[in-house]
Amino acid sequence: MRRYSFARLVWQALRGNTGWQPAWRDSKLQNHYDVIIIGGGGHGLATAYYLATEYHVKNIAVLEKSWLGSGNTGRNTTNVRSDYMFPESCALYDLALKLYEKLAIDLNINIMLSQRGWMTLIHNQHQMESAYHKVNWMHCNELDGEIIDAAEVQRMLPAFNMSADARHPVLGAFLQRRGGTIRHDAVAWGYARAASGLGVDIVQHCEVVGFVKQGNRITAVETTRGTIGCQAVGVAVAGHSSVIANMAGFRLPVTSHCLQAMVSEPVRPVLNHVVLSPATGVYINQTQKGELVMGSILDLYQSYGQRGNFPAIEKTLTAVVEMFPMFAQTRLMRHWAGIVDVVPDSSPILGRTPIDNLYINCGWGTGGFKAIPAGGIVLAHSLATGQTHPLAEKFGLDRFRSNRLVDEGAAAGIAH
Amino acid sequence: MIMIRCPYCTELRTEEELVYGGEADLVRPAETSSDQEWTDYLFMRANLKGVHHEQWCCSAGCGQWFKVVRDTVSHKVLHVRKFEELPQPATEVV
Repeated sequence: MRRYSFARLVWQALRGNTGWQPAWRDSKLQNHYDVIIIGGGGHGLATAYYLATEYHVKNIAVLEKSWLGSGNTGRNTTNVRSDYMFPESCALYDLALKLYEKLAIDLNINIMLSQRGWMTLIHNQHQMESAYHKVNWMHCNELDGEIIDAAEVQRMLPAFNMSADARHPVLGAFLQRRGGTIRHDAVAWGYARAASGLGVDIVQHCEVVGFVKQGNRITAVETTRGTIGCQAVGVAVAGHSSVIANMAGFRLPVTSHCLQAMVSEPVRPVLNHVVLSPATGVYINQTQKGELVMGSILDLYQSYGQRGNFPAIEKTLTAVVEMFPMFAQTRLMRHWAGIVDVVPDSSPILGRTPIDNLYINCGWGTGGFKAIPAGGIVLAHSLATGQTHPLAEKFGLDRFRSNRLVDEGAAAGIAH
Repeated sequence: MIMIRCPYCTELRTEEELVYGGEADLVRPAETSSDQEWTDYLFMRANLKGVHHEQWCCSAGCGQWFKVVRDTVSHKVLHVRKFEELPQPATEVV
């Protein structure tokens, strides 16, 4: 793997950019791997990278049914933050944020991390009290978070509608200054490039269609490109986790829903932070290119249809215009959807499954992107050692049986 | 946009006028059931990709719950029926 650097950028520019190499090898499938990872999104690729770097496992394949990052990794609103409540959640999500903070150096790729501040608006006294409750929890867990007043919100968001006739008055906001955005494609590409450089086979357009089992172990994975033997299988397929689980012969407490996002045409810098309004469920930020990225609530019915629909567009845009009246003048450029894996307690499911050598990383719901580095590490730990990573112990599938749910109502601040 | 004709009030409702009630035909286990059976009933779902049996409520209309068979990828509604009716092919597919 050739390193990216300023010198190479200049050198390539002088040569008319004719000497760039593909970022990762297009691998040929082998007959057998020690570890097969299903899902070539952020979590799957991060798992492969940490297996190779932290656990020194050789002979790894990542199987992706489409192209890399074509699922939720390339469909989210790129927000990162770690403003969760329970100690186990804070530990997990803040590990992810800390790893993101040095990921550009680790992976030698510019992931464009922009810690511009994550702001959850507070519209009423109840939300104010909940926000203080969350901040107190976060401080106990040694995370940064603060409450800012309405004047500070107006200073940080000059375009925000704080007038007396605003539909949802703002009393203040919860602010995590370390929160922000990342270029999501770069995360998938960066992990893929680094993993490929370490010898991981990344195979695109290879869909898993079944498993060959011996007793309670998987001995081979059946794919659209043939049957491949393996010692262990890692599953990081987000909204399609139940599909893989059904193939392997068990069920998950997961329902798949459609989560939509949309972007406007690019405009000049007008919004410097990421803003969520719990009253409308809408979150919005502006990309470095100038597009306004807007996301909102789930379609509440089960869905595997990876596409947007008009009710969600209407709900999102009316809320955005209510929050920022001047945005009414911008035009919508694209909208899309990803399939998220929603779990009753809004916390991920990590580690063991009823199958001995199949480990899972799912259930991140609407918040998987922010957790990619941590999700990769804990799944890599399970695959390499057969044990659950200490940070993932509270997030096992068995918590539904033992009734120890990690009920993260704080997770999104809105009802998913 | 999903549109379903309520089998009770016979009005054609959009997804905005309906409430989704999840997987249909979940049977509450007997009180003598094991913890594992109870966990399965409470939490575990087939979450099928494709044809899915589910419950909807005509919440903005007559308020009745009814059963729907829908494709979870195309969102095509394949069957709609009242709870007391036996399964049969729908006469109208929206």
